[in-house]
Amino acid sequence: MLDFFKSLFKPQGSGATAKERLRLVLLSDHLSLAPETIDALKADLFDVFSRYFEYDASQAEVTFDHREREVAMLASVPILRVRERTLPPVALAPVAVAVAPDPPAIAEPEPELEPVEAEAVEAGPAPVAALEPEKLPIAPAAPRPRKRRRKRNAAASNGKAGVQPGLSAGHSAQA
Amino acid sequence: MEAIETEITAPVPEAPVGEQPVAPLGRAIVITSGKGGVGKTTTTANVGAALAALGKRVVLVDADVGLRNLDIVLGLEARVKYHVLDVIENKAELDDALVRDKNVDSLYLLAAAQTREKEDVSTEAMIGLIEQLRARFEFVLIDCPAGIETGFRNAIAGAGHAIVVCTPEVSAVRDADRVVGLLPHDWKPELVVNRLRPALVRKGKMLSVEDVDAILRLPLLGVIPDEPGIIIATNKGRPIALDEHSPVGAAYRQIASRLAGNDVPPPTVKVAEPGFFSKFGSLFGGR
Repeated sequence: MLDFFKSLFKPQGSGATAKERLRLVLLSDHLSLAPETIDALKADLFDVFSRYFEYDASQAEVTFDHREREVAMLASVPILRVRERTLPPVALAPVAVAVAPDPPAIAEPEPELEPVEAEAVEAGPAPVAALEPEKLPIAPAAPRPRKRRRKRNAAASNGKAGVQPGLSAGHSAQA
Repeated sequence: MEAIETEITAPVPEAPVGEQPVAPLGRAIVITSGKGGVGKTTTTANVGAALAALGKRVVLVDADVGLRNLDIVLGLEARVKYHVLDVIENKAELDDALVRDKNVDSLYLLAAAQTREKEDVSTEAMIGLIEQLRARFEFVLIDCPAGIETGFRNAIAGAGHAIVVCTPEVSAVRDADRVVGLLPHDWKPELVVNRLRPALVRKGKMLSVEDVDAILRLPLLGVIPDEPGIIIATNKGRPIALDEHSPVGAAYRQIASRLAGNDVPPPTVKVAEPGFFSKFGSLFGGR
């Protein structure tokens, strides 16, 4: 009972904040990756997932598990439905430097791949960017303005009443 | 040079295979942290004093050239005549530079040079000096300077073992993690969590020993609670490890006992169960 009231009134202690900050800072120390790069990685991973599945974006998460002297990447993506047709790869936008004041204008709008907003079957062949797949620039992706879109999508997905996350795909890869 | 590579873990190791029937070399342990101000020097002084109080022959080497402090913590500042560099540069005999502690007989100090720079010490000279000391003492504790540059490299050069001191703070843990990565890979550094405040941990306002441990993943050598007594002891220049009544002193004595090879139960911290009123109070506590 007391615990219940505590959970209502007491904010999470700053010790937990310290722990989480430490976890993240060590992660990037060990991977030599900037936090923005990790965010960009997550965005890219979810883009790939969304080609094959509709997933519950509000529950999807990518975490990094700190082990002995290494970090393992764990993606937990609750799958709502398998797409009837796999969507084409997302055309990688030309890498925009995060700090550049004027990012180069991206000629092509990114294909709308998100579930809920566009039904998978209706999506049809998305406009593929002018680049051939094998010529796609394989460069560390700079943070792209994706977060907003996914948040909106997460909200939409939450609004869908009665949908239970079906599968939970655990994918582990050594980082 | 090969003798330095030999890690001696037992208090009475088997005699080295060689012609001269010398006494077994002592253990050279560097006390390091990366971050400054987490209690390396205090730990060095207190673990050293506690080891000596157990009857071990101990020498403390201040490797923080230019920022000498170990003499102050031990209350020996007035007795220092020569320092590490004097010995290395053959300006003084080792025996003249070793300062005997005023509290414990078998404890000695080799002070750092205060007016010199860390770059003035060569790694080879440091290795040679530590080897010399290992031949004469059972424990050579090296007080490492903060940072990961020349001073750090020299301090770890002659050692075969490391104690990593860390406070329950994000910055200290991060730096400790960095330092562990810079130590030789075959070392098994041991962790001392310093300045723990159990009351804060209980309220979730401080990283716990488990939190720190989960990240650094080092064998836990000791946990030192935060207590005003340590400041008073440092003011007086008498290691708190010699204070029978202090919990901090007891924590240091446990570490020493463990290093001396005694079977000591794992370090614990008294985290008192919160009473009803403190529970009630925490409802209104801020973060």
